[in-house]
Amino acid sequence: MANDPIHQFQIHEYFPLGQFGGMEFHFTNSALTMIANVAVVTGFLYFATTKKSLVPGRVQSVAEMAYEFVASTLKSSAGTEGMRFFPFVFSLFMFILTANLFGMFPYFLTATSQIIITFALAMTVMLVVVGYGFYRHGMHFLGLFVPSGVPGAVIPLVSAIEVISFLSRPISLSVRLFANMLAGHITLKVFAGFVVTLAGLGVAGIGGAIVPLLMTVALTALEFLVAFLQAYVFTILTCMYLNDALHPGH
Amino acid sequence: MTLFLDSGSQMTWLVTSASAQEAAPPAPAAPQPNSAPPPAPAADAHAPSPDATHSAVGAPEGHKGAFPPFDVHTFPSQIFWFVICFGVLYLLMKRLVVPQIAEIVEGRAAKIAGDIAEAQRLRLQSDTALSTYEKALADARASSQKIAQAATDKAKAEADARRHAIEAELTAKLADAEGRIGDIKTKALADVGAIAEDAAGAVVHALIGQQPSPEEVSAAVSTVRGS
Repeated sequence: MANDPIHQFQIHEYFPLGQFGGMEFHFTNSALTMIANVAVVTGFLYFATTKKSLVPGRVQSVAEMAYEFVASTLKSSAGTEGMRFFPFVFSLFMFILTANLFGMFPYFLTATSQIIITFALAMTVMLVVVGYGFYRHGMHFLGLFVPSGVPGAVIPLVSAIEVISFLSRPISLSVRLFANMLAGHITLKVFAGFVVTLAGLGVAGIGGAIVPLLMTVALTALEFLVAFLQAYVFTILTCMYLNDALHPGH
Repeated sequence: MTLFLDSGSQMTWLVTSASAQEAAPPAPAAPQPNSAPPPAPAADAHAPSPDATHSAVGAPEGHKGAFPPFDVHTFPSQIFWFVICFGVLYLLMKRLVVPQIAEIVEGRAAKIAGDIAEAQRLRLQSDTALSTYEKALADARASSQKIAQAATDKAKAEADARRHAIEAELTAKLADAEGRIGDIKTKALADVGAIAEDAAGAVVHALIGQQPSPEEVSAAVSTVRGS
């Protein structure tokens, strides 16, 4: 049971909240993780910057680094106009990054290893893109699917491809994050399980357990990198999609 | 990039093994109906222990036979809490955190820009002061040169004038002296005739014992002198 690599993704229902429309709502470990996530992100960023020092201390410069990192990502992909989405993109980045990093603590659930959470994140991005696109450009937003400079005869084909690629965005966005977090944690757990299993076999096993132990240490470092990288990838793709909403003409 | 492909492929065998297990009981509509057979060898390599332990766990956990992230039963709760948490996070970021950090970052940028502008202004000011000073210095030098030149010219002119005056005075004195010398000479030469006549009369008287008439003497003298 201790070796089950899937067990870490189990959703535990702590207490029920009631039923609505035939669906049961519970307070779960996933909810607890996300609430802790919001509390940690807000608490850290807020209290790190309350002093508003001109020359930042260590904690303040970390908060500023996060701010400027997201701001420069957004500006380089979607231009200065894209800065209107800054609070949204910043929330997204901090939420995913913190959820991924929470997953690195033993016994913590990784909220981003739940496909429904990553899908909800991706759909939020898509709703913002589509909603703002139509709000800002009206029907011209559909020009996104008709690239300029394409001969008239090919337009139906190209448009069909564009529509399919647009519709696949939320899927690729959510599955990429979900799969990376899930696979990383399973791999980590499997190698860590080898250590325990081999060490239980006696002296020779303890010697043999060194290899998976080293592997586990290396994978832990890699997982920290992946936790950051996937948050960044999600953010920069969001910025590119927002750029489409801002400038639908290719 | 290979990293992600790699971890992705590792993911698929675990997912398909789990969904294969899920498909065995007849109840739910599995998301991947036909894709179970191909990755079988990979699944055989690693899957046995998870599968065995999972089915052992499955009974006490109750209704969950499915792979946990695909357990539809948990979706409404998770979406519900996601919407609340992300909504709250967004509002907190938008209202509280982002304005605060923006104030710091932009305040710093404004401060730096202001300081640079101030430094630029002061540099310009010092440049102006320097050029004013240099102009004043050049003016002073030029005017001092002019004054020195004027003083030299004046002194020279005065010296010239005094020299001319002295020269003129000396010339006048010289002319005066020459006049007097001429007068004296003329008078002396005139006196020479009378003396010669007296001397000639005396000489004649001494020679012949006879006093010659003054007319003869004077005629003789003037004859001698005239020659």
